[in-house]
Amino acid sequence: MAEITIVQAVNDALMEEMGRDEDVVVLGEDVGVNGGVFRCTADLFDTYGEDRVIDTPLSESGIIGAAIGMALYGLRPVPEIQFSDFIWPAFDQITSELAKMRYRSGGQFTCPMVIRTPYGGGIRGGHYHSQSPEVYFTHTSGLVVVVPSDAYDAKGLLKAAIRSPDPVLFLEPKRIYRAPKTEVPEDDDYIVPLGKAAVRREGTDFTITCYGAMVPVAVEACDKAADQHGWNGEVLDLRTLVPLDEDALLASVTKTGRLVTLQEAPKFTGYSSELSAIVAEKAIDVMEAPIRRVAGFDVPFPFTLEHVYMPHADRVLRAIEDVMTYE
Amino acid sequence: MTSTDMLQIIGESGQTVSEDETGLPPEKLVEMYECMLRTRAMDERMINLQRQGRIGFYVPSTGEEAAQVGSGMVFGADDWIFPSYRMPGTLLMRGASPRAMIANCYGNSEDLCLGRQMPVHYSFAEQNVVSISSPIGTHIIHAVGTAYAMRLRKTDAVAGVFFGDGGTSSNDFHSGMNFAGVWKSPCVFVCSNNQWAISVPFEKQTASESVAVKAKAYGMPGVRVDGNDVLAVYQAVSAAVARARAGVGPTLLELMTYRRGPHSSSDDPTRYRGDQADEWLSRDPILRFRKFLERQDLWSEDREQESSTRVKDELNAAIKEVEKLPPPPLDTMFTDVYAKVPKFLREQYEHLIETEGTGHEADPDAAFPL
Repeated sequence: MAEITIVQAVNDALMEEMGRDEDVVVLGEDVGVNGGVFRCTADLFDTYGEDRVIDTPLSESGIIGAAIGMALYGLRPVPEIQFSDFIWPAFDQITSELAKMRYRSGGQFTCPMVIRTPYGGGIRGGHYHSQSPEVYFTHTSGLVVVVPSDAYDAKGLLKAAIRSPDPVLFLEPKRIYRAPKTEVPEDDDYIVPLGKAAVRREGTDFTITCYGAMVPVAVEACDKAADQHGWNGEVLDLRTLVPLDEDALLASVTKTGRLVTLQEAPKFTGYSSELSAIVAEKAIDVMEAPIRRVAGFDVPFPFTLEHVYMPHADRVLRAIEDVMTYE
Repeated sequence: MTSTDMLQIIGESGQTVSEDETGLPPEKLVEMYECMLRTRAMDERMINLQRQGRIGFYVPSTGEEAAQVGSGMVFGADDWIFPSYRMPGTLLMRGASPRAMIANCYGNSEDLCLGRQMPVHYSFAEQNVVSISSPIGTHIIHAVGTAYAMRLRKTDAVAGVFFGDGGTSSNDFHSGMNFAGVWKSPCVFVCSNNQWAISVPFEKQTASESVAVKAKAYGMPGVRVDGNDVLAVYQAVSAAVARARAGVGPTLLELMTYRRGPHSSSDDPTRYRGDQADEWLSRDPILRFRKFLERQDLWSEDREQESSTRVKDELNAAIKEVEKLPPPPLDTMFTDVYAKVPKFLREQYEHLIETEGTGHEADPDAAFPL
């Protein structure tokens, strides 16, 4: 076993998949000679050459649109959008073209690809290097949306995504890109299946749902709840937002009867709102307290006050206290 | 040649005005002409069906048959076509069957797209005709990606992408042209400049003196062609395809034509364009090519009558059969969203059947308002 970062895991997955399948190509801004601004595509250019590791013109719509054309012809493109905040020029291509191609052509044309993009706050990036855009895409039929939370999953999920017949949006939590490191088996061609959540901390008193960079925050809050109150919380890392592992969600709340949802994206109509609605529709009978959502505020992502905006363990702990002391 | 000079081979009276370098044998010329007749007949027939409430929507292309057929004939079986929605002639020329196109307009169980899109949004994978969407220009960059893949796989195939003058204002005209210029893509950009984007005339679309001149900034040649001259279209597109196939790079073609009819069956052009169309009525691309063929004794009034009747009979027979077909099965609403139907969609389908049964039929009277 080796301890590696998420950046290294992404790089390893790309290196291995490009070696396994010559149809896999990487394209985007600065992904080639420079190896990516976060170094996720380092050394691919030297290993696989400029025809398969493509420095594109600066156009997100062009990157995704070209990747669609490549995928239609049978390639497996892995386009990178440098920051998810820059994805909007490609929104039309992703939602109107990529997500609908299989459906609208009666299954005659498909474009499997993985759009990799770093998302989220915590790196002092202001409005345009910090946002969490997941719900714009989870709302669109035809896309798979994946958010890993550690190096093991980042590698295994990315490899699964590249082999998937469906288009995948792969949101990389850049706040935890380089720390902590996690153990990953060396020289092991493992994958982590899409659509399966993981229990990060087992517990019986309450459930916290989370994904990406909020997973360590949830674990820390649970540890504090155990230390301060003796409560034993369960952390459910969703890993794949679409398709949601609904069975895992319902199993956990059926066990605990209390739910805190955690996301760093703004609260209103956020992904956690859907989780809350599913629990309300399908498991209201087992709930012993109202659901509490901990999320970003419904404001543009701030620069100086970023640390206030970002959900942190103490804020989550207060929500845990609310659901645990509800009478 | 300036950017507004225009390649023309056949004059309005059917006379040859510049050298015909197409090398097309007589039987090919006749095949092209008959395809133009079929395109026109289909236009008239489908608009009638829409007016009678038998299909919900149609996009006519009357007056643009030369641009469609002349370009459609050039591309080979291994080449890929990224069409716009106003080019049935190109699809027919590539071997798409009128019956399949009619089934698409009915959106029934024989429609290859399973009734999931509006009429005229065709997909013909067998003919390498890529699925059409309604947003304008988005497919231009797809063709460039496919062209890239063709070269990576070391084929000599070519991607041809078709759009209108309105499409040249879109984001992905720019991204497509720019990427193709940088990559020297084996891609041919074909703009049918029919001078109208619904109600907006060309001069409100761009201050550029032509579409063709835009090619220069992307590092590729731009060529303006008389789009109502089927031989000029064929010759210009052939040269561009040959250039792409040889690995030299992409070309932008501007086919000058005119949208004689409405934007769609839901549009009323008298609201915005007065009688400008009248002068273009005398520039009928079918009539011009007919005169050319008659000058060479390749066509006659008798053949015209025979061919027109046959084409119309074929269409009517296909319509009669297609019209009887049922709508697509209900489960097709849930398939092809993903490669496999995921659990949450299966549950939605099962809930629908459980609560509403399987008796849903398409509403035959529903017409699209735009």
